[in-house]
Amino acid sequence: MDEKSIYFDHAATTPVAPEVKEEMDPYFDKYFGNPSSLYSLAMDSSRAVTRAREKVADFLGADNEREIIFTSGGTESDNLAVKGTAMALKDKGKHIITSEIEHHAVLHTCQYLEDNLDFEVTYLPVDDEGFVDPQDLKKAIRPDTVLITIMMANNEIGTIQPIAKLGQIAHSNDIIFHTDAVQSVAKVPVDVDDLNVDLLSLSAHKFNGPKGIGALYVRQGTKLLPQMQGGAQEKKRRAGTENVPGIVGLRAALELNEKKERQEDIQRIIYLRDKIINKIEDNIDASILNGPRGDKRLPGNVNFCFRYIEGESMLLNLDMKGIAASSGSACTSGSLEPSHVLLALGRSHEVAHGSLRVSLNHSNTEKEVDYFLEELPKIVDKLRDMSPLYEG
Amino acid sequence: MYSDKVMEHFNNPRNVGEIENPDAVGEVGNPVCGDIMKLFLKIEDNIITDIKFKTFGCGAAVATSSMVTELAQGKDLESALEITNETVAEALDGLPSQKMHCSNLAAEALQEAIEDYRSAGDDTEESENQKGQETKKTVEAK
Ligand SMILES: Cc1ncc(COP(=O)(O)O)c(C=O)c1O
Repeated sequence: MDEKSIYFDHAATTPVAPEVKEEMDPYFDKYFGNPSSLYSLAMDSSRAVTRAREKVADFLGADNEREIIFTSGGTESDNLAVKGTAMALKDKGKHIITSEIEHHAVLHTCQYLEDNLDFEVTYLPVDDEGFVDPQDLKKAIRPDTVLITIMMANNEIGTIQPIAKLGQIAHSNDIIFHTDAVQSVAKVPVDVDDLNVDLLSLSAHKFNGPKGIGALYVRQGTKLLPQMQGGAQEKKRRAGTENVPGIVGLRAALELNEKKERQEDIQRIIYLRDKIINKIEDNIDASILNGPRGDKRLPGNVNFCFRYIEGESMLLNLDMKGIAASSGSACTSGSLEPSHVLLALGRSHEVAHGSLRVSLNHSNTEKEVDYFLEELPKIVDKLRDMSPLYEG
Repeated sequence: MYSDKVMEHFNNPRNVGEIENPDAVGEVGNPVCGDIMKLFLKIEDNIITDIKFKTFGCGAAVATSSMVTELAQGKDLESALEITNETVAEALDGLPSQKMHCSNLAAEALQEAIEDYRSAGDDTEESENQKGQETKKTVEAK
């Protein structure tokens, strides 16, 4: 085994699978036509886009491929969903409900609407495992609530929300419901009807597709104000020449993830996840699991806080052992605050600074996991020996 | 992100640990911002004869702690007080800009230790002859 390159950061991004790359390849040069053009070269491109749109619709259980808008990724899908519906419905009401643990693509978009367009936003708290309480949602609903947006699975702690239930509450109050499913697609079943959602965001680079391509599902009849003005692409809902190779890559990545072997392999990922969680709890004291256990947790997500030490130091030490992981410490977030998700769970600042996230995917092996489990306690010990907060 | 020198100090930090019965202790930072540095000094005849640190923090926090102990070791207090956060950063071939403020506190810890050693100077000298663990004065900064 090549111990020098173990990639445990699949929640951040994944490599493009070789078969996906191969399918994309001809669309860079051979079939380079603009899908909006009329000649036959353009037909190849536009057919590829249509095929992809049908695939995304089918994958999500959507009724119609018109309900799919291609975007530049999860961030744009979230922006379009939240701003697009809020602005379209602003005369009906200016209240939005979301959660405290959303990705910044939703959180900062809500804050933007508060700061610039006089919307009011309720940020629902979560319990100590990261769950939104459906009762809290019910209580937060007001006559002027026009949008509820709650992520399906959290990118840091892997908590999978009771989306179907939350969506049902939204619908019984005639409120539009959006979910950010960027971390969920290809990991857990995602069906827009089962989930009771009107809008759903996804991003290809989280499941072995290319970066810079995503989609927004928009249920037929949902009012949406376009956020990009220009040409008539995407039924006038998202202007700009289509990213054809990206769209082909998104389609190919979904097809790859639908394969039976791949579906079955998720059980192995869950086994590896639980092995890491159990071994860390057995072998490293003062370690605190963030997020739930079992099937309410994303298959590949592990997130711990190790008391008395700081996350970036852990990452640098792991990197020296050839292991790539991530942390919610301030130093890795680029701000002075540790992860808002960990703080929302009730972790103190000090504890939140000591977080480590490992995110697994199909390429990871048990050997890699074992090597990590061997190295991690040594790193934690070394840093604790150096810490003024740790009393041996 | 970090210079080779920062990584070298991070990997092999110098002078990690505590000093028993230190003559001065300086502590800066707080757990909220994610960096705490604690410096322990032994001072004889105005000279820093031993210096050790304990740090909770990121790579920059550990490396600057390590570097400041190297720079201060053997210096008289006046020269040690001339060490600034910038001196430490320069000695490490620079720090990423976002780290300059949040994680470059080691020189401040040193200054705190020396200033508090001086302001408590009288007591410290009294106990200087007794060498007993209890009578030795520890100066701790806020
Ligand atoms: C939950 C969630 N939403 C949105 C995004 C943003 O997606 P993208 O990187 O495609 O813009 C990410 C990934 O960073 C994510 O994890």
